[in-house]
Amino acid sequence: MIVETQFVRFDALDLDCGARLAPVDVAYETYGELDQARSNAILILHAFSGDAHAAGLSRSDGKPGWWDNMIGPGKAFDTERYFVICSNVLGGCRGTTGPSSINPATGRPYGLSFPVITISDMVRLQKKLVDYLGIERLLAVCGGSMGGMQALEWAVAYPEAVVSAIPIATTARSSAQQIAFNEVGRQAIMADPDWNGGDYYGKKPPARGLAVARMVGHITFMSDESMRVKFGRRLRQKEEFGFDFSVDFEVESYLRYRGSQFVDRFDANSYLYLTKAIDYFDLTNGTGSLVEAFRNVRARFLVISFTSDWLYPSYQSIEIVNALRALNRDVAYCELTSNYGHDAFLVDIAEQSELIRGFLASTHRMVSGS
Amino acid sequence: MKGSGESRRRGFVRGILGRSDYAIISEWVEPRTRVLDLGCGEGELLEWLVQNKGVEARGIEIDSRKVQRAIARGASVFHGDIDEGLSDYPDESFDYVILSQTLQETRRPLHVLREMLRVGRRAIIAFPNYGHWTVRLSLLVRGRAPVTRCFPYEWYDSPNIHFFTIKDFRTLVEEQGWTIEREIFLSGTYRGRFLANLLAEVGVFLIHK
Repeated sequence: MIVETQFVRFDALDLDCGARLAPVDVAYETYGELDQARSNAILILHAFSGDAHAAGLSRSDGKPGWWDNMIGPGKAFDTERYFVICSNVLGGCRGTTGPSSINPATGRPYGLSFPVITISDMVRLQKKLVDYLGIERLLAVCGGSMGGMQALEWAVAYPEAVVSAIPIATTARSSAQQIAFNEVGRQAIMADPDWNGGDYYGKKPPARGLAVARMVGHITFMSDESMRVKFGRRLRQKEEFGFDFSVDFEVESYLRYRGSQFVDRFDANSYLYLTKAIDYFDLTNGTGSLVEAFRNVRARFLVISFTSDWLYPSYQSIEIVNALRALNRDVAYCELTSNYGHDAFLVDIAEQSELIRGFLASTHRMVSGS
Repeated sequence: MKGSGESRRRGFVRGILGRSDYAIISEWVEPRTRVLDLGCGEGELLEWLVQNKGVEARGIEIDSRKVQRAIARGASVFHGDIDEGLSDYPDESFDYVILSQTLQETRRPLHVLREMLRVGRRAIIAFPNYGHWTVRLSLLVRGRAPVTRCFPYEWYDSPNIHFFTIKDFRTLVEEQGWTIEREIFLSGTYRGRFLANLLAEVGVFLIHK
């Protein structure tokens, strides 16, 4: 499956902070065919560092999509049955308008003049895309982590437009621990002199700060066990300690590698804006009552969490499920066993695929009325 | 009429579900109702009820492999413990709450029964009868913890933690002031009432408050 990212421009988007962005570009990809009744569309929502390229091989660089193991012919999101859409989020740096985009008012990149955005702003922009594609109702909205927050927001913000929602490894409101890790990442970026108050475009980017932020992120995505199995205390290309501060352990080498690799494809200011959107996310709008938040929801739900995910622990998924059960909504929940930590939804996909395939099939049957 | 059509259907249900208590339950549940199946396993009963009776089906199951298969079948199943798992449902959320062959495995059977009758208007309970003659004989003659067709486990690896008979169950229902609407006793292919507490391997009860 060779795919190409497409682009669409919308005149303006009103944001939660009161600002208006104009214009707004959206990068998106689609896979499969929309059926005649327009009833087989599924919106995939990417996590923090993802992009519109969710599946297939990119025409430009040949790279597979970030969820290529889940989306495609015969896979969980079977592109022979469903029309699958994925777009880059607002505030991102992979084609959709974000802090690295050109501000039409100044002719220069926004940098910190980009308004602070929220998860619901992202979803409002996705709704424009879905409308533009001529789809009234989505068979499913699905995503993991930050993508799961968007899936929840979709079900709450557009109850008529969502038949089912599949939030994976996520929460209905960011916890103190999640906010804390995000803040460490942001401080690492802002402490890098190259960050320069967010004004580094065309100059040296804050590569060291962004790499450190990503290193912290990677630690939170793995589990104690997955790190023990993957690295243990193995030394990196040496027999004994170096007695210096070069790389000794495999785990150090891995984190440095992931950090430096990230710098090539991600914008430091996007890191700040997207983590802030995650921190602000609270489906209850500060009321603390998820039951109230879900009162108008009509979608059926499949909620998935993973045993070793300590960044988005299962209790946060159960909170979502229990609020939906209190309202007697149609909700299925499964905690899958995995050692891969928060990363599990991206890598440990056999059981997740089985769940989603069956859930989508039964949802599709309900919609088609057969 | 309960002619040969009915018995053919019974045979069919049995063939599909493979369990005689499932056959009874699937007959008792009225079409287009809301059903919660506790300890629903891989969701076979729920799937059958959805397809043949158009019920709105929910389940609770503790084994994650079974939950996966049940969800894959299209049942909306909650991965959790039935001892605790009912508390989030509002009163009278369901027309039927089903507990098939698991009451003896719960930590607090009376609590579970009360919760069933809180969240459901009716409860259907099927359980293996500890008063069956093979159980009595096994203990009397062998002098060891009974291992029978309905209680096939050695004492040290049995999931069963409460042992009760059909008589025990009826007594409890009476004490709680609940009503038995229907009851059926099964032993192999036999369904009858005669000396139920001695001859039935499984009792199936439909009760309400």
